[in-house]
Amino acid sequence: MLPAIEVKQVCKHFGNLRALTDIDLEIHAGEFFALLGPNGAGKTTLISIIAGLTLANKGSVHVMGHDVRTQYQQARRNLGVVPQELVFDPFFTVREVLLIQSGYYGIKENSRWVDEIIERLDLSDKANANMRALSGGMKRRVLVAQALVHKPQVIILDEPTAGVDVELRQTLWDFIKQLNQDGHTIVLTTHYLEEAETLCHRVAMLKEGEIVALDSTKNLIGKMIAGKSVRLRLVPDRLPPTLQPLQISHHDGIAELRIENYAQVEFILSSLRVADIQILEMHLQQPDLEDVFVSIMRKSGSQSK
Amino acid sequence: MTGFLTLLYKELLRFWKVGFQTILAPMVSTLLYLLIFLHVLEAHVEVYPGVAYTVFLVPGLVMMAVIQNAFANASSSMIQSKISGNIVFILLSPLSYRAIFFAYILASIVRGLLVGLGVYLVTLVFFDIPLQLPLWALLFVILGSAILGALGLIAGIWADKFDQLAAFQNFIIMPLSFLSGVFYTIHSLPIAWQYLSHLNPFFYMIDGFRYGFFGVSDISPYISLLIVAICLLAISLLAIRMLKAGYKLRY
Repeated sequence: MLPAIEVKQVCKHFGNLRALTDIDLEIHAGEFFALLGPNGAGKTTLISIIAGLTLANKGSVHVMGHDVRTQYQQARRNLGVVPQELVFDPFFTVREVLLIQSGYYGIKENSRWVDEIIERLDLSDKANANMRALSGGMKRRVLVAQALVHKPQVIILDEPTAGVDVELRQTLWDFIKQLNQDGHTIVLTTHYLEEAETLCHRVAMLKEGEIVALDSTKNLIGKMIAGKSVRLRLVPDRLPPTLQPLQISHHDGIAELRIENYAQVEFILSSLRVADIQILEMHLQQPDLEDVFVSIMRKSGSQSK
Repeated sequence: MTGFLTLLYKELLRFWKVGFQTILAPMVSTLLYLLIFLHVLEAHVEVYPGVAYTVFLVPGLVMMAVIQNAFANASSSMIQSKISGNIVFILLSPLSYRAIFFAYILASIVRGLLVGLGVYLVTLVFFDIPLQLPLWALLFVILGSAILGALGLIAGIWADKFDQLAAFQNFIIMPLSFLSGVFYTIHSLPIAWQYLSHLNPFFYMIDGFRYGFFGVSDISPYISLLIVAICLLAISLLAIRMLKAGYKLRY
């Protein structure tokens, strides 16, 4: 199947600063994909290259099979981008902005779809308000709406939930999930890793302009060896000798034991029972995407590739 | 075509929504020039036989208003979009660089013509100004505003901040328009300045435009037309090249 986005050997430098080095990435049609990395890792640069806002020094990028340089019109018709910066045109109202944006994509009559996006993004009250009069969260919604006017196959959201309240986050993700279920490919960057973990099938992690991890969210978390543990509050507050090798820490009355797999929980429970130690509280700790992220970012970029 | 028309509509709406500042204000300032020159120079000699200085002055002032507003339109729209970042909406779209070019230029022509027409209509209340060859006048005013629109686009793309744009306007556009024979015929200048004036492309716009009014000009309107057309072509090609390459727009 035709990949939604195909990035081949892309390099980009700004003067002496290497922003991206030999990026190869294929995002499949219909995927919900996360592009993660610390600030300055090159996420926005990569998105800008895919969108044609930045020109790569080397390599090629295709969106739905169209080269973003030589077939830029077809490529851009298939792509909707929500930029990270809260940019807006102060001369126009929300509805005007959306109809004008539709026109740029060659769509003459788009009122029905524009009305639908306005409603889905909870913008109905503000549809005729000037852009200047909107709060930051509202402006963010308009940016999302603008990216969707032409019903693009591929939607890229660059930190869409930065500085956005919980309610909008929910509305936004419900809408985006719906779009994904309808067959649209979604690529997002975010610093909220729990969002990426719950939403995204696959994750690429960027560090200093290189991809240092690329796998399904499940595999990445599954591969984390360190991270699983059991935290216990016990009476009396001591561990039987059999469990002491597993202990990671023990303070404030909480003992934390490392486990390799969940079957070991049974062993812990039976050991406690035999030693006649009672459990007051028990928490199972499992690694999440954030643990994966931190551990990958700590490693040096090149060897984990 | 829809893309181009939408961008044109947006560009027209942009200045129309602030019409006080973009149309009325420049009309008023041009008419103030006229009032002052009228007061000071009414006794000035006839420039062309049978043409009073004030009447001679009007087409020059109209053209100057056209030039400055055509330039201001494209340049301020572009730099505002760049600095506020909303240029991204155009850059993300499939609009071709030609569509972007023509939309900006056409909007500049429209604004230039609106201001020019406004000034001209007001002066008609006070003076009897002949318009002997209206098509010549129209041709030069359109070509002139197109050149300035394209220059404005180039300046708007090139400038990274308002300061640089102001420099372009004050050190290039203003001197070229003031020294192009708006207020005088170049035959009244010392010979060296006459030669220098011939190097100023704005001179041909104004001279050709004035020909449309009086049927008389400092040099043949055909030569002016040729030079103005070549200028327009060269400047347009430069602007289109900049857009195509993404110069200072797509990094």
